[in-house]
Amino acid sequence: MNDPTPVRTYLGVPLYRPRVAFFEFSSCEGCQLQILNNEATLLDFLSLVEVVNFREAMKERSDDYEIALVEGSITRGDETGRLKKIREKAKVLVALGSCACFGGVNQLKNRFGLDWVKKEVYGDSPIETEYVRPLEDIVKVDLKIFGCPVKKEEVENIIINIAIGKAIVHPKYPICTECKANENICLFDLGEPCLGPITRGGCNSWCPNSRFGCWGCRGPAEDTNIEQMKKIMKEHGFSEDTILDRLECFGGFSSYAQELRKK
Amino acid sequence: MKIDCNINVHHLTRVEGHGNIRITIEAGQLKQARWEVVETPRFFEAMLVGKKWDNAPWICGRICGICSIGHTLASIRAVENAFGIIPTVQTQKLRILLKHMETLQSHILHLYFLSAPDFLNAGSVFPLIESHPDVVIKAAGIKQLANDICDCVGGRRLHPTRTVVGGFTMLPDKKELSKFKGRLEKVVSDLLLTAKLFKTFKIPDFIRETEFVSLKANRNYPFIGGDLISTDGIHKKEHEYKQMTNEYIVEQSTSKWSRLSRKSFAVGALARINNNFEFLDTSAMEISLSFGLKPVNHNPYMNNIAQLVECVHVVKESLGLINELLDSEWEEPRQQVVPRSGTGVGAVEVPRGILYHCYDFDEAGHIIKSDCVIPTSQNHANIQHDLEELAGRYASEGIRDKDIELLAEMLVRSYDPCISCSVH
Ligand code: SF4
Ligand code: SF4
Ligand code: SF4
Repeated sequence: MNDPTPVRTYLGVPLYRPRVAFFEFSSCEGCQLQILNNEATLLDFLSLVEVVNFREAMKERSDDYEIALVEGSITRGDETGRLKKIREKAKVLVALGSCACFGGVNQLKNRFGLDWVKKEVYGDSPIETEYVRPLEDIVKVDLKIFGCPVKKEEVENIIINIAIGKAIVHPKYPICTECKANENICLFDLGEPCLGPITRGGCNSWCPNSRFGCWGCRGPAEDTNIEQMKKIMKEHGFSEDTILDRLECFGGFSSYAQELRKK
Repeated sequence: MKIDCNINVHHLTRVEGHGNIRITIEAGQLKQARWEVVETPRFFEAMLVGKKWDNAPWICGRICGICSIGHTLASIRAVENAFGIIPTVQTQKLRILLKHMETLQSHILHLYFLSAPDFLNAGSVFPLIESHPDVVIKAAGIKQLANDICDCVGGRRLHPTRTVVGGFTMLPDKKELSKFKGRLEKVVSDLLLTAKLFKTFKIPDFIRETEFVSLKANRNYPFIGGDLISTDGIHKKEHEYKQMTNEYIVEQSTSKWSRLSRKSFAVGALARINNNFEFLDTSAMEISLSFGLKPVNHNPYMNNIAQLVECVHVVKESLGLINELLDSEWEEPRQQVVPRSGTGVGAVEVPRGILYHCYDFDEAGHIIKSDCVIPTSQNHANIQHDLEELAGRYASEGIRDKDIELLAEMLVRSYDPCISCSVH
């Protein structure tokens, strides 16, 4: 691609810009859009990396890239092959968003038999589909960026850190830590359920900031205490269904959700 | 007369989702012209079964990253209609404002980033950053404003957090809201310059008569709920949507197709303008007329212009809405929700056309069955028939393969298809 974006220099020397490619599998494509939706910093960001593949935005395509940002989950045979090819070419493969990391909302269909799912939507017409899988079930994933959607600032920081070779550390603390720092009224006090106590931080308590309880889109925090969470929910009068709905929504808590569903 | 031509576009770029275009002409005869949708289905309708009502908008917003607000609002409307909840005037205004800003950001994204490169001979918007910096900066500025207002009203621009059944979890800050007024006024003049730019584009002169379906205006140019109409004179109630969509399954596509009075119909900005032209804001109407766009226009490439006209309309109307909201006292943001058994339909005009969500609930408010009909799936058959006509016509005129390929790509892009959404 002819590349018109201004190149950053340091002490007059042009900085190396890694070649970045975006790919998507079964998804809403929202995580990619978060990057295009980033008007204020988009041009700055483009001066740090060279985008060589972004089907949603450009006609040119290239197979020569270093960082592959892969969105979406895997739900059909042909997707597996495409993903393996990307893995072969990429130096760093990043799972972008909860669909790629855990299966995302797509994995909600895994609670049913595939035959029933097909019939419910397509009747007796033939249609190909498999159980939904996250990327790491098929290829090695070097790095995960959590969230449904991902936070644009986080994506940009992470890519820049990969470019300059800095280690990437995800927060270990839960959403509650951020929520308290933001001085929000706790949703439980407003009579609303919230998965903040067990969900990994990093979104700056995005939902509770809007008085909307967390649904755990970023998956479990370190030291997740599900029993404690169930107890809090119960004390505030929420049914097991309410906690199950949230635990199974994005796939990050799927092992806990399966256990709960079994009962 | 053109003898042979073979066009094969695998995974068309600068559209949302995955689709292919195949055109074959042998000895001057059109052998095939196909619009294939190869996106992987995600089975949202199955996912929802057994889930409680509050899951629906939150999950269904994820059908589409571009129009997550539209899906969320259609889903909420379907739940509210099932439970007999009528949103307050305040909620209605906030929802329309949010919807307008999604329309604005989506139309701008399509017009500048996906569509304009074709007219300016570029493969993407990236080379335009250098060749037409003013254009790109302007577009980025409008999108940013639209997204900022979505953040302010809906909590976030993608997969909104404040929009719930019964209203909003939280209201926007009035000070913040009033700050947007000046910025919106500036957008009006930016849009006039955009219109100037688009006047320099050569819109392909291609007409194929078809039917156009949209919501029907009551007092205003319609976006959320109401009756359904078509340019062939069909008129139905919102809950009768299935009689408008008539979905069926075809082998060349993982998305379902639709038909009404003819073999296909179209939805989207052009359909809305064709059905509700007289309800446009006056300055939007002026721009429309300056491009020669008035009902019923049968040139699919004019959907680009229709989107531009709607940008002006939604900005003007949003300015009015913000003033009204600022002039009134805030009321309770959220009504109580009492579930009951029954069926609810929500019809909403999203950027790409009319969208329907429909759910059946049991007494406790769990979903028994769900159905979502996406604008792009209603357009697929129309795209297919346009493509056939276009390939046949241009082939017989002896136009070069490369040019036919570009015209075919531009045709599909004009519909601004949202393919992953149509397969959901
Ligand atoms: S993680 Fe969420 S926002 Fe990202 S692609 Fe998947 S559904 Fe869309
Ligand atoms: S609202 Fe949620 S995230 Fe915030 S403190 Fe309460 S439980 Fe934790
Ligand atoms: S608050 Fe919870 S659901 Fe919301 S973005 Fe953060 S992790 Fe995801």
